[in-house]
Amino acid sequence: MKKIIVLAKQVPDTANITGQAMKADGTVNRAALPTVFNPDDLNAMETALRIKDAIRAEVIVITMGPPAAVAILKDALYMGADRVILISDRKFAGADTLATSYVLAEAIKKIGAVDLVLAGRQAIDGDTAQVGPQVAEKIGFNQVTYITDIETITEDYLVVARDGELQTERIKTPFPVLLTITDETNTPRYPNCLNMLKYFRAGTASQLEATLGDITGDNDWETARAHNQVIPVWKAEDLGLDLNRCGIKGSPTRVHKIENITLTGGDLELYNTDPMAIKQLVLDLRKDYAEVNE
Amino acid sequence: MNTYYSANRELYLNQIDLEEIVADLENNFKDQEPTALHSYTQATRWYSLILHNAGDISANFIAPRAAAVDEHGASFANGAVRWAPESQENMDVLAQAGFMGGTLPRQYGGLNLPVTVNTVIIEMVSQADASMMNLFGLQDIGVTIYKFGTREQKDRVLPKFCNGAVSGSMALTEPDAGSDLQAVSLKAIEKEDVWYLDGVKRFITNGCGEISLVLARSEEKSKGAKGLSMYLYERDCDDNAVIRRIEDKHGIHGSPTCEIQFNQAKAELVGKRRFGLIRYVRSLMDGARLAIAAQALGIAQAAYDEAVKYANEREQFDQAIVHFPAVYQMLKQMQVEIETHRLLLYNTAWHVDQMEMLERRAARGEKIRPQVKKATAMSGLLTPLVKFSTAEMANKATYDAVQIHGGCGFMKDFPVERLARDARITNIYEGTSQLQVVAAIGGILTQLLANDWEKLRNMKIVSLTEAKASVVTYVDRYERIVELVKKMGSKPFTDYVGNYLVELTSIIYRLYLFLPVADVHESKRDLFTFFLSESDSRIDYLIRKIENAADVYGDRIDVLKTDLVKA
Repeated sequence: MKKIIVLAKQVPDTANITGQAMKADGTVNRAALPTVFNPDDLNAMETALRIKDAIRAEVIVITMGPPAAVAILKDALYMGADRVILISDRKFAGADTLATSYVLAEAIKKIGAVDLVLAGRQAIDGDTAQVGPQVAEKIGFNQVTYITDIETITEDYLVVARDGELQTERIKTPFPVLLTITDETNTPRYPNCLNMLKYFRAGTASQLEATLGDITGDNDWETARAHNQVIPVWKAEDLGLDLNRCGIKGSPTRVHKIENITLTGGDLELYNTDPMAIKQLVLDLRKDYAEVNE
Repeated sequence: MNTYYSANRELYLNQIDLEEIVADLENNFKDQEPTALHSYTQATRWYSLILHNAGDISANFIAPRAAAVDEHGASFANGAVRWAPESQENMDVLAQAGFMGGTLPRQYGGLNLPVTVNTVIIEMVSQADASMMNLFGLQDIGVTIYKFGTREQKDRVLPKFCNGAVSGSMALTEPDAGSDLQAVSLKAIEKEDVWYLDGVKRFITNGCGEISLVLARSEEKSKGAKGLSMYLYERDCDDNAVIRRIEDKHGIHGSPTCEIQFNQAKAELVGKRRFGLIRYVRSLMDGARLAIAAQALGIAQAAYDEAVKYANEREQFDQAIVHFPAVYQMLKQMQVEIETHRLLLYNTAWHVDQMEMLERRAARGEKIRPQVKKATAMSGLLTPLVKFSTAEMANKATYDAVQIHGGCGFMKDFPVERLARDARITNIYEGTSQLQVVAAIGGILTQLLANDWEKLRNMKIVSLTEAKASVVTYVDRYERIVELVKKMGSKPFTDYVGNYLVELTSIIYRLYLFLPVADVHESKRDLFTFFLSESDSRIDYLIRKIENAADVYGDRIDVLKTDLVKA
């Protein structure tokens, strides 16, 4: 049986902005934005579930975020995830892609014996598309990014299509591997009502303390755990992390400022690879350079 | 997020108290495993999640495909029926999300929902695409099998319904047996303990489905209802039921309407012989009638939304046409009719839930026969009432929505054109409006609603006291006119004024339901005031119609047909 990990992120719902999205200091005003399951991550989730439908597999969804991120883990359970883990610690606050990928990579190592890691291509808040590739590096997996289709699923390998901008690349890859998934790959499924029944009471241990009786009738943690009702929370110490590599401390990225820009790039021009065409390319580049510097 | 589970639907659903019903459905919350529901509060939390899910799927998946479903329609080639590809996608999504066995028990993979909650889901799906109701809503066949089938039949068929592997049909109508099902002549023949069906069924919605419940004449040479039994035909066990053609229809193009030729097709008896029509089909049709009321309401809501949108966008004489009294009059009437019919629909569904709960208790040995009888009579009155009233309302609403669109409404470019076509069937199938009137009139004349009128008179109303006094006056006048019709004692006269009387009942019953809601919810006061003013004149009008018919014609009403009947 294959073990699949989906990396998910809770993000501000940039499609449904209800108030001022930015604060005066240039940071995101999270209070004005409802949160959602990052859209590309839903495609990663759907990919995992389809692989599970095709060959036997366990789908584990992990997210790094505040306790409120449990909401997307429950969404994952409603869709059909087998289990979920919240990776949450105040020490992770302010993490950039480097620190985030470090924590996620360590979590994947702790889970162990993983065959496939699936991540959305990028998150709609940061738009970096870096976390997936960085995780692959840190856990030593091959990676195929910008997936647009999963063509073949077998126990031994996958055949995937990847967006190569000007052409589609078809790649046959063995396990283990990390894939980053674009929204072209599939249409994420809707939550299943019976899964909703199973998991609508689920939460972290601290969230459930007051309401455990609602789940088992008699405050029975063991039964609740056995039925996946208690969502595990992994903290820095559970993962034995180097705190200098976590959160703001482990993040070299500094946001200078955020501003609205309109992209004004020109059209794409294609050149052949024969010497004449290359010569023309050099001439054109010189001309452009001269124009810009006039 | 765009969703059809609107605050409006939620508000009206919240008026319905399902606690006792849900407790009964959920084994009084005694099951201890973590996936069982342990309280009514939990149940409502889960229902809310489900309803939001259905509202999301309806608004964002099904609705965008509705125009394509209408254009492509179901097709027929080489003896096989195919749904429009978009209908298939819709069904796949609904099945994957777990909606196929809405009211079936969870042991079969169903959701075990109260009828009331499932009705809201059907309403939303219909708002997105009316023709989807015909495919999705036919899971009612599963409910009939659950109620009357053998354990073996249930175990074999119901899980397939719940996971969406099969769809169904109810094969009742024949070329010479439409409204009059007692005339059904398709033969059921028993040979060595196996039943075979022989004959033709016509106008069968989704007759191509894998599972059909077939009404057939099991008693040779019998006439009338008592010679009819119900059969379970499974296409994957026997392929001797051939689809001869599908109809080319005015609306609901996504729903294939089939003619089926049964050629000694193997089938199984469901329940007891001779009870086919009098017991099982009644149950089947009551469920379907409620679903069609929900379908009609969904269509009306869609038409209203389109009309409001268009009236705000379209400018003539330098302003949006919504500012013209002639336009907002139509919109206001649509709005109040839709909302009060929603109350009526949810309330009727509650009565069906109530009846089913009492039936379950009686089956467990409780001595509650009189209560069961009363509840059966109530849903037997309200179901045809809501089907009649909502279907007629939906036709008026779509008609006006087209009108508001002007020339554009006549073109296929705007959804109202489709909605008007789709609405047209709702007051025809599962019993025409005229037949719903016949079904409802008995309960009206025996004053089944007397209890409700009593409740109204004793109702504690805080703010709308004057309005209450008016509604009580209407009820007094209503009861007098019912007495008058009864006293006439003429069947042709009763049938002649039947539709007036049923419409009158619908209006006054909706006033009775709306009054306490508007009393508590200030946001509904203005709408209630409008409804009261509209109703006042309509009630006068209907009562006068009945009185005049009595004064002028009385039991000689037959004379009106004299020059119509051709020799």
